[in-house]
Amino acid sequence: MKKLGVKSIVAIGIGAALFFVLGRFVAIPSPVPNTNISIQYGLLAFIAAVFGPIPGALAGLIGHFFIDFSYGWGVWWSWVIASSVFGCLMGIVTMKLKIDEGEFGTKGIITFNVGQAIAHAISWIVVAPILDILMFQEPANKVFVQGVTGAIINIITTAIIGTILCIAYSKAIPKKGSLTEEN
Amino acid sequence: MNNLFNYIERESPIHELTGATKLVCLLLWSLAAMTTYDTRLLAVMSVLGVALFPVGRIKLKDVTFMLVFTLVYLALSTTLVYLFSPRHGCGVYGSTTLLFGLSGYFAPTAEQLFFQLNYILKYFATIPFVLLFVCTTNPSEFAASLNKIGVPYSVAYSVALALRYIPDIQKQYHEISQASQARGIELSKKASLVSRLKSASSILIPLVLSSMDRIEVIANAMELRCFGKNKKRTWYMERKFRLIDYLCIVVCALLLVASITLTHINGSRFYNPFL
Repeated sequence: MKKLGVKSIVAIGIGAALFFVLGRFVAIPSPVPNTNISIQYGLLAFIAAVFGPIPGALAGLIGHFFIDFSYGWGVWWSWVIASSVFGCLMGIVTMKLKIDEGEFGTKGIITFNVGQAIAHAISWIVVAPILDILMFQEPANKVFVQGVTGAIINIITTAIIGTILCIAYSKAIPKKGSLTEEN
Repeated sequence: MNNLFNYIERESPIHELTGATKLVCLLLWSLAAMTTYDTRLLAVMSVLGVALFPVGRIKLKDVTFMLVFTLVYLALSTTLVYLFSPRHGCGVYGSTTLLFGLSGYFAPTAEQLFFQLNYILKYFATIPFVLLFVCTTNPSEFAASLNKIGVPYSVAYSVALALRYIPDIQKQYHEISQASQARGIELSKKASLVSRLKSASSILIPLVLSSMDRIEVIANAMELRCFGKNKKRTWYMERKFRLIDYLCIVVCALLLVASITLTHINGSRFYNPFL
């Protein structure tokens, strides 16, 4: 593994803390009773898009682990790992974007959203159910229905929240060459 | 912060173990419970897990809330398994024994009931131990223990940073949310789903942007102090291993060995009484 820069280390820590706070305390009630919409994946997609695959993967891993840990319902490694896979994939597909240089136009929005949809599909419809089957020998149709539901909800929330975050952040940064010399 | 993570400070043999020991034990224990589906081993692990509670001086009322939460989740999950695949057990054990003279898709079979019993046991084998770990491990010791079991210290330091900043970010989120609500942003059930998501992001934007600034400030401060220059670092919360630490790790390792051996003897991960 390449040595992580100081900024990446801090990004992992703060990203995980944000992921935790959003996942644990920010509950948006959904139309289905007793279920909440998790908005932390929009944030994770944003962190991965700005800082890259390794910080994305580790922020997802640490943040999700702490959520499970603080609820005390057992640590569900299959889903923790799937979160981390999502962060990593998201970092890979957005490698070419330069959000931290203030560039996030229509092309960026399309790349980001196509990428997040694919990353969510792989994490929740492939990785999480297969790990569940390997670890718990759960019936395949049950875990795949759970996975597909999770993927759809996460894709929608990431599309809204992740995109808004990326746009807001890229606008807050002065573009390269936005200053013109006078005289 | 202790409230957040349910850490309960008491004096007990389990509290005295180092964080690294407990983390290694947790990993070994989870691995053992994950690999096996043998009813006998799962039963032993469930009993052992519960038996450790008095040793760690953790009372039932300390964990009632978490326990109820978990039991509801477990009930939901087992019901789902039955609804989605009422004959899953027959496939697993390779035979079908109909019970109570009923027939049809949802008719109960001995194999299915036995499978679901194992499924529940599997939860019971891990949950008490995780609860115990959560209640007896000081979160601040976490980072030091991660480094001790071989995780690079830069990653361990990220964990420490996350723990350090969770309360701060939580407080900041609360402040921003109150300020936004005072300005008329609706987060409750009265608003439609899409507008709720949109209003959530209007709280998120200030939170995330200020966190990005925070990342900058902390990274600069760490760089000024030459973080990452040396190959090793020391931890304030680190403690030395004692004999009892090694003993606990050996016991948990034996559980994992037992789990793998049983899988080998049974020829599969399941213990099959229907043969």
